[in-house]
Amino acid sequence: MTVLSLRGISKTFGAVAALTDIELDVAAGQVVAVVGDNGAGKSTLVKILSGVHPADAGTITFEGSTVEIHSPAAAHKLGIATVFQDLALCENLNVIQNLFLGHEIRPLRLNDVAMETRSWELLRQLSAKIPSVRVPVAALSGGQRQTVAIARSLLGDPKVIILDEPTAALGVAQTAEVLNLVERLRENGLGVIMISHNMADVQAVADKVAVLRLGRNNGVFDVGQVSTEEIIAAITGATDNVVSRRNQRGAQS
Amino acid sequence: MSAVTSEPADRQDERLQHRGGLRGALADVVARARGGDLGVIPVVVGLVVIWTVLQVLNPIFLSSANLVNLTLESAAVGVIALGIVCVLLVGQIDLSVGSVSGLSGAVLAVLFVGEGLPVWLAILASVLMGAVVGWLYGQLFNRFGVPSFVITLAGLLAFLGLQLYVLGSKGSINLPFDSGLVNFAQLDFVPSWLSFAFAVIAAGWWFVSGYLHAEERRRAGLSARGTLTLVVRSVVLLAVLAFVVWYLGQTRGVGWMFVFFVALVLIMHYLLSRTKWGRSVYAVGGNVEAARRAGINVRAVYTSVFVLCSTFAAVGGILAAARLAAANQSSGGGDVNLNAIAAAVIGGTSLFGGRGTAFGALLGVIVIQSISSGLTLLNLDSSIRFVVTGAVLLLAVIVDSVSRRSRTSHGRA
Repeated sequence: MTVLSLRGISKTFGAVAALTDIELDVAAGQVVAVVGDNGAGKSTLVKILSGVHPADAGTITFEGSTVEIHSPAAAHKLGIATVFQDLALCENLNVIQNLFLGHEIRPLRLNDVAMETRSWELLRQLSAKIPSVRVPVAALSGGQRQTVAIARSLLGDPKVIILDEPTAALGVAQTAEVLNLVERLRENGLGVIMISHNMADVQAVADKVAVLRLGRNNGVFDVGQVSTEEIIAAITGATDNVVSRRNQRGAQS
Repeated sequence: MSAVTSEPADRQDERLQHRGGLRGALADVVARARGGDLGVIPVVVGLVVIWTVLQVLNPIFLSSANLVNLTLESAAVGVIALGIVCVLLVGQIDLSVGSVSGLSGAVLAVLFVGEGLPVWLAILASVLMGAVVGWLYGQLFNRFGVPSFVITLAGLLAFLGLQLYVLGSKGSINLPFDSGLVNFAQLDFVPSWLSFAFAVIAAGWWFVSGYLHAEERRRAGLSARGTLTLVVRSVVLLAVLAFVVWYLGQTRGVGWMFVFFVALVLIMHYLLSRTKWGRSVYAVGGNVEAARRAGINVRAVYTSVFVLCSTFAAVGGILAAARLAAANQSSGGGDVNLNAIAAAVIGGTSLFGGRGTAFGALLGVIVIQSISSGLTLLNLDSSIRFVVTGAVLLLAVIVDSVSRRSRTSHGRA
């Protein structure tokens, strides 16, 4: 069942058409990877969906009805959660405080017991490996911080979650941890949009790959039936590209 | 999974090192200090060193009479330092607290003595004046993005000028000695039985609230402090408080003004640690962008903090005027500014924002006043007092920076 679908989304910044006529569908329990070169419009797409910029044209259909996303709060209310690349965590606060930041239970006499219980529930649901929720976020590894950021986005019971480069700047083991997390989100029936540069990650967890090139759709592939070379060809716009030439050189020598 | 279900929900990770009971609680404290999370340890150590040195130099220093004086002298600067703690927590600074406190004293004296208004109305007007100043700072900071350092530096000069203008050509106004306000600051002491009652209530309340909280955690399946730890903790507090009350009681006892200051500290402690507002203050100090994205109204937090700081400065100014029984041109001048900021920093409030507690203001101001009182007892010139206070402030900032580095390397933020 399709949760979120975009039709004809366009966005221009001055004279530059950042996005032209974009289509994208995300179903519940599906991981859609959005890939593209620098400047392909991935970040603009994320910003439109998370309510940072409004789209100039096109329709967004969410759970069967046409919606407009004017602000981050509106996106949140609809059930579209975004985890930005810089995570936006407060390092001096502990995991519980970060998870509930801005949404504390009982504002005038904080109910830390309820918040801690709920934090553990959330983290267990993601099978997250965080030893203690009472340590400041500064004490956590990059993968654990990503986990906390994703867990926080789950607090509002979203239907669709957008991950912006979740594995950039992570080590091998931590990347695996985050990929496990993405699979867990899919098992929990969420639609996941994952922006990524890393083809290995895309091949590992995504169901569909949507390729953007120069602000336009350049093909949607089922991961099982497409090779990395084909995706790269779609990203760069040619079968004869820097990556393939390099691979050929490697094969010849 | 079945093997670990008996463990509390927050103790199930096998990597967690934990020792239960009283010894475990002590071990945790030691481990935290080693990791650079020093808390109040440097202040307490510093206080012991300072008191020892000053007592050796002048045996009167630790006498009951002098300590009673010390508590009374701390109240005014302490209240101002409490406001500074709030501003520092969001990573800003207010350099004008001295001027605002002086202006507040002047406004009080002019309205009360000059205009003959009832004292409560004069106090209310002074406090409101402080709040308006803070609100103004907040607006300037939010709308124009001027660094708080510059805004309040301008305020320092401007409000000093206003203070001189308000006082007029006489330059000094005496408050009548028989007024309730002066009595409150100079002569009102808590009766002995009531001070002991306060000590018992504080310790008892600490135990009861700790016990109820532990019970709630146990019911929710989380780990909780053992009852023995709670009892020991409260008994230690009771012993310390009872000793302080008894020792001060050898002469005049505990002043109401000091009780007022401690009450403000307790209220601020609650607001900072147990309310949504307090959480957002720490969040803004830690990472403004993250706080904004979490839906916190960052501007409102900044404004509220500036208002609080200036209001506390005004209250401190009233207490200082009452203590002196006069408001003059040098009220709030000289070292008041620096003492208040030094007290906050010495009490463990980080200049980098996001770290510190209300109790830090209490401890810090006692350190600052001890130095000042000790050096006065030694008949040393104020020139030396300034140098020593400056050196102690520098030391406190160094401790802050070093422990911050240690925290980073031990992953404690």
